Amino acid sequence: MNNKTKILLIDDEVEFISTLAERLRLRGYAPKIAETGNEGITILTNEGFDVVVLDLMMPGLSGLETLKQIKQIDSSLPVILLTGHGATKDGLEGLRIGAYDYLMKPLDIKELINKMSSALKNK
Amino acid sequence: MSDKKPALNNTTSPEHYNELKWKVIITMLVIAVIPLATMLIINHFQYKSHLKSEVTRPLYAMANKTRHSFELFLEERLSTIRFISTAYTYAELKDKKNIEKIFVALKKELTGFVDLGLINTSGDLVSYAGPYSLLGKNYKEQRSFQETQIKGHFISNVFMGYRKNPHVAIAVQHLNNDDNSWILRATIDTDHFYNLINSIGLDFQSDAFLVNSDGIMQTDSKYYGSILEKCKLDLSPERQKGQASREFDVLNVMDENVIIASADFSSADYKLVLVKPYSVVLKSWYALKTELILVFTISLGIIVFTVFKMAGILIDKIRKADEKREHVMAELQHTQKLSSIGRLAAGVAHEINNPLAIINEKAGLLSDLTEITDNLDNKLKFNELTQSIIKSVERCKKITHRLLGFSKRIDIKIEPINVNVIIHEVLEFLEKEAMYRHIDIRLELFEPMKSILSDFGQLQQVFLNLLTNAFAAVEDGGIITITSLNRKKGVIVKVADNGCGIPETILSNIFDPFFSTKKEKGTGLGLSITYGIINKLSGQISVESTEGVGTVFTIKLPEKPNEKTESEDE
Repeated sequence: MNNKTKILLIDDEVEFISTLAERLRLRGYAPKIAETGNEGITILTNEGFDVVVLDLMMPGLSGLETLKQIKQIDSSLPVILLTGHGATKDGLEGLRIGAYDYLMKPLDIKELINKMSSALKNK
Repeated sequence: MSDKKPALNNTTSPEHYNELKWKVIITMLVIAVIPLATMLIINHFQYKSHLKSEVTRPLYAMANKTRHSFELFLEERLSTIRFISTAYTYAELKDKKNIEKIFVALKKELTGFVDLGLINTSGDLVSYAGPYSLLGKNYKEQRSFQETQIKGHFISNVFMGYRKNPHVAIAVQHLNNDDNSWILRATIDTDHFYNLINSIGLDFQSDAFLVNSDGIMQTDSKYYGSILEKCKLDLSPERQKGQASREFDVLNVMDENVIIASADFSSADYKLVLVKPYSVVLKSWYALKTELILVFTISLGIIVFTVFKMAGILIDKIRKADEKREHVMAELQHTQKLSSIGRLAAGVAHEINNPLAIINEKAGLLSDLTEITDNLDNKLKFNELTQSIIKSVERCKKITHRLLGFSKRIDIKIEPINVNVIIHEVLEFLEKEAMYRHIDIRLELFEPMKSILSDFGQLQQVFLNLLTNAFAAVEDGGIITITSLNRKKGVIVKVADNGCGIPETILSNIFDPFFSTKKEKGTGLGLSITYGIINKLSGQISVESTEGVGTVFTIKLPEKPNEKTESEDE
């Protein structure tokens, strides 16, 4: 994983996602933010990314629906899901559709980085 | 054992059931006894009147029959005298030899004759045959003479007369065409009267005698006076009932109620009286009455016994049904409480989770920035503060995750499981803490444990909760014992510790959500979740605890989740 790994962050919670992006940037990544599922899809079609971090709980296009569309665009693109649920139901459903893994909010950034690196290694 | 029982509303107090029981008993007794008592009373009076007429009728018949015998006896003698007066002339009878001859023949033919005499118009005894010397006596002033003159014949009452023996005089008037009438008079002793009375065959307590219309005894009686005395019974016409010849009344003689049957003679002033005490007459009635009362008493006893027994059983069943219903209601309420709290918890957790994630990231960024900034005053302090924020967020995260877990515990994955395996797996999580704190974990797991159908993950959570609690309860070096047992319809797992115990006052609250004794360390959801899981798996959880001695949690699990474990299975 080189230091300019391109990450697309999709989450409606701007405060959260922008802070996360800043922290990732500090760690030498190249994150980009999308506030809705649709926006994320649009960005993805125009730009290439190494990994996607996707929140499952979003208004409008839902997380799982966005995941399906991402997989249609690039089935090999690793997607790491974020879920606010304690339950793993949606997470598991995401894994079935083709997500790499899922993490629970609030996030431990080290865990996210670990997951991303292993996802990129396996790519 | 203080089973987990959400507070029962005590509308069903023991007094309530006692009252109900008595109401049932009284109602049932009244319903059962009233017809019985009515029947007894009706039977009593019917039998009494029936039996009375049955036993008194023979008495009347006997009185009439005996009267008839008396009259026959007297009529026979009167006819004989009448025949003699017709067959012989005055002159023939006046002859002493002749009258004695006739008297001897008479005595030979008929018993009872004492003497025979001829009385002329002026009342002088002109001829006499018999043991006494009465010749020349004048009878003009006597009632027998006067009445014979009027009626043509006469039968006297018993009298002593010139003799010492009681006797009866019978007289017949012979009328000639020439107005020269004379009277033939005979006396009979009363010995034969007693023969006739004895022939009735009366029992010891009964009495029979002759009495005249003035109430003077004509024969000796056992209880009511001797011959020629005033009869001690009041036989006056006012006391008569029914036909003239049959008297029936109740008089108190010698403290006894008696039945009197009397029959008047038609040819003479006699009345035959039969006296029987009620006790004799109605002996069979008394026997029947005793039987009736006995049957009634026994029936009553059986009814009372049955009613009490039945009421007891009935009320017991009602009470059990009530208790069961209340228990189910309470369980239902508790389940509803849990589910609504669960929904609330899910909402809260979800709403809090997002700001928590933001705080986490901001603090993280702060920490990152502090890290990379070289010349920052109080850098160490900043680091410490941000780490503290992140740790607190971590704690909040745990709480929200548990809250969410609590509300999401709906889907159950049922598979064959072995509780011993689950216990071993759960213990792996806790091994380090046990080692560190020198806690002695004793396993008394039954082998081979039978496999039951249940949810592996949920039970893992249950045992983890119970063991976490046990770890919190014991001091370092404490003892925790885990026991598993096979039961007829499932399995039992006990988790016992020798820790601080649970005060009795809060023992009934420990399964309620958000009830915690660990203060800031716990969420108060552990046991509530445990309770919910066990309930969902159709099991039962109960707790026994003594302060300062320890606590035992007992979990009963059925073979299949929809089968209830039998609480009396132990």
